[in-house]
Amino acid sequence: MSKQTLVVIGNGMVGQNFLVSLMASDIKKNYDVITFCEEAIPAYDRVHLSEYFAGKSADELSLVEEGFFKNNDISIHLGDKATFIDRQNKTVTSANGKIITYDKLVLATGSTAFVPPIPGNDREHCITYRTIDDLDDMKAAAKTAKIGAVVGGGLLGLEAAKALQDLKLQTYVVQFGPRLMSAQLDDGGGGLLKQKIEALGVSVLVDKNTIKIVDGDVCKHKMVFADGTELETDLILYSAGIRPRDDIAAACGLKIANRGGVVINDHCLTSDENIYAIGECASWKDQTFGLVAPGYAMARTVVNQLSGGEVVFTGADMSTKLKLNGVDVASIGDPHASTPGSLVYTYQNGVEGIYKRLIVSKNNKTLLGAVLVGDASGYPILSQYYLNAIELPNNPDSLILPARSDASVGLGPDALPASVQICSCFDVTKGAICSSIEAGCTTLGGLKKETKAGTGCGGCVALLKSVLDCELEKAGFGVNTDICEHFAYTRQDLYNLIMVEEIKTFNDLIHKHGSGQGCEICKQTVGSILASYWNEYVLKDEHASLQDTNDKFLANMQKDGTYSVVPRMTGGEVSPEGLIAIGQIAKKYGLYTKVTGGQRVDMFGARVDQLPLIWQELIDAGFESGHAYGKSLRTVKSCVGSTWCRYGVDDSVGLAVELENRYKGLRSPHKIKFAVSGCTRECAEAQSKDIGIIAVEGGWNLYVCGNGGMKPRHGDLFATNLDKETLIKYIDRVLTFYVQTADRMQRTSVWMENMEGGLHYLKSVVIDDKLKLCEQLEAQMQRVVDTYQCEWKTTIEDESKLKMFRHFVNSDKHDENIIFVEERGQVRPANIEERELLLAENA
Amino acid sequence: MSKWIDVCSINDLQVNAGVCALVEDRQVAIFYMPEDDVIYAINNYDPFGKVHVLSRGLIGDIKGEPMVSSPLYKQHFNLKTGICFEDENVAVASYAVRLKDGRVEVNLDGAAK
Repeated sequence: MSKQTLVVIGNGMVGQNFLVSLMASDIKKNYDVITFCEEAIPAYDRVHLSEYFAGKSADELSLVEEGFFKNNDISIHLGDKATFIDRQNKTVTSANGKIITYDKLVLATGSTAFVPPIPGNDREHCITYRTIDDLDDMKAAAKTAKIGAVVGGGLLGLEAAKALQDLKLQTYVVQFGPRLMSAQLDDGGGGLLKQKIEALGVSVLVDKNTIKIVDGDVCKHKMVFADGTELETDLILYSAGIRPRDDIAAACGLKIANRGGVVINDHCLTSDENIYAIGECASWKDQTFGLVAPGYAMARTVVNQLSGGEVVFTGADMSTKLKLNGVDVASIGDPHASTPGSLVYTYQNGVEGIYKRLIVSKNNKTLLGAVLVGDASGYPILSQYYLNAIELPNNPDSLILPARSDASVGLGPDALPASVQICSCFDVTKGAICSSIEAGCTTLGGLKKETKAGTGCGGCVALLKSVLDCELEKAGFGVNTDICEHFAYTRQDLYNLIMVEEIKTFNDLIHKHGSGQGCEICKQTVGSILASYWNEYVLKDEHASLQDTNDKFLANMQKDGTYSVVPRMTGGEVSPEGLIAIGQIAKKYGLYTKVTGGQRVDMFGARVDQLPLIWQELIDAGFESGHAYGKSLRTVKSCVGSTWCRYGVDDSVGLAVELENRYKGLRSPHKIKFAVSGCTRECAEAQSKDIGIIAVEGGWNLYVCGNGGMKPRHGDLFATNLDKETLIKYIDRVLTFYVQTADRMQRTSVWMENMEGGLHYLKSVVIDDKLKLCEQLEAQMQRVVDTYQCEWKTTIEDESKLKMFRHFVNSDKHDENIIFVEERGQVRPANIEERELLLAENA
Repeated sequence: MSKWIDVCSINDLQVNAGVCALVEDRQVAIFYMPEDDVIYAINNYDPFGKVHVLSRGLIGDIKGEPMVSSPLYKQHFNLKTGICFEDENVAVASYAVRLKDGRVEVNLDGAAK
């Protein structure tokens, strides 16, 4: 079959998406493809246009892979606009005089920015915000401007406002209607968004009908509004909506919708059976779509139609979620409650700046729409409810009410619905766990065996245990809080016994207060408490056998039995010499290196016998143990702070280094992570850490008990505007209180959530000294700080400890089952098949 | 006929913990509990993690039975029999071990007593 000619008019986001879909399909061989692009550069990302000012280049915004047109034999006519379609002879004529005969034609002409018909709208430095050319004009105009105004307070208008701010102009948004983002938000949401945008330094004027633009007194222009007020500005950007570009279609007699746009059917076909229209130029059921997703759906539809498929365009979900200048905004379905009989739930938090609104059906069962401003974290779940018409819970407002962690009753496992997945490795729901418990499975071990929950990565075991405890309690059983069969005590009891009776060894404790030989649970727990309280060397003879393998070998065991080695880099700071030393050592011992999330370098694949050799070299190079193996302080992450950063408010690295040096080596019920951000942009992600610190103009803000991990939790704001001395005092107290009172393997986040009285209580203990403990808490921390030692230094200096670091007690051979293969230029453990193959070859 | 193989001195063992010995071509984990004056030997191979690491596990007891907990995924193995507490269908080999003139000897043919 001879090839047909397919012409695409327009190479914007949707036109390009169509070409990409077509080239990925089987039918590409059936067509010679020709496309016209009126701009001088091919398709680019219009959605992220404002990033052009935040430093992105036109190249980075490009949506076209290098060589795309050439490799796919597509002729693209750049900078040449299609001007006329002759439907009778099936030709397209361009501004440069090209005449192309087509078999099939696709219109992807997009839209133009709407310029309100105001006298003076075409003055110099009055620009639309739509293309990269517009941006270059803006840049040029901004050079002489001090004030800029955006006409239009929709999505794109607010983006444009950000662009003006990036150009360092004093920025106004002028909105014709009563609120921002009028299509997506209601009054409450729009009002809050206005506050938030204004807090970022953009002035928002609403209900402003501009009647003319004239010469300004101080600035270049003066905008005169219908209410008699005026605004002086040097630069005006129009972003007041878009209009479909349907002129070329109208000129050749294609059917045009009353409100503009080329009329298409479900197949995206226009009134001519050989001409399709897609994207913003098309009108489907009297609707045009100003988002890219529906345009892409239309592009897919046409490719499918050309292949003889049956895909049709069925409209599009106009729900949106975005971060506007750092403000979370989301809108789902019908945000205006325009459905007859619909019911509305609103949650407004003026303190934290959160607005949430649910629109539900008359019978309270189906979600019709939602508005979220300030906190859009509920968007994924709500859009599931909306798109799949899932029946709402009995109290739909529970979906927008915050889960309070500082209420007297924490958000315990009881609050989780039965459908919640507890173990993601084996997909076990809370419901399945509860049925097992009901059926008589009342121990953690039994539950693991029965349901498999907690037997994969083990990350859910704590949650599993609290579900078990909660269910047992509900069923009237006394919950056994003994840590194991050898001690009828909780971790906190054991801590108190050790402290009050000044017990210094496990043997002493188990003889006085326990029974049997102990197990990995109580040994590790007691080992950790002894280390927290007395801070003796963990491999001291009487303590060594209490340490789990990571603590015993002072390195992290990996799946193949080798270890990873992590030297400390306080605050993520490392000198070039340090990096070179690490590189040389890793190279010498053939280690895989990876940068960790805690801003340091992890070296993998060390055999147990290599550990002391590696550490000797690391210590010689000035490094010390990073305690990556311990339930202890891991890292204090930091952003670069005011020393280098243009926005930094204070020296976050300096504080991070100081804090890491203060708390390094502190053994605790679980690992502890810190971060320090030098300003509220929060690049160090401090609010997801056990201890998070953010520099503000008035000092340091302290957040506590945050967590990433499997159940992320934002830290609670504990105290604000602290000087460094007070900050350290508070951290001393919070951490010691945590070490003394938490359960084993309990992160600060869960500790906080289970604490009676929550944040309020913790503040009363730490700030108001309600329990008269502060002095003791600080003294205990100071003792730990004063007795710090690098465990690796102590170890390599003690001949008797080095004996442990051999694979065989009676041979210098290595474990020959440890085998590496190469991947991406580094080693990795061989998988089982590879290992067997390689072992067989060597045999 | 059973064959006792000399492995190491009692002083090479770790108190209340394990070491690994190469006995012929086998990796044997040897655990020493001096308070009960007892030594156990089982194969060093962890059948769950599929690597040779059991000697590096923590030891203790479950209801009076001596056990080692795998350093990888924490399954427990009976030090006398090698049988896994969590799944009795899984077991590692256990070996007879004795102390002779301050030397530790292992018998690969004999099960632990």
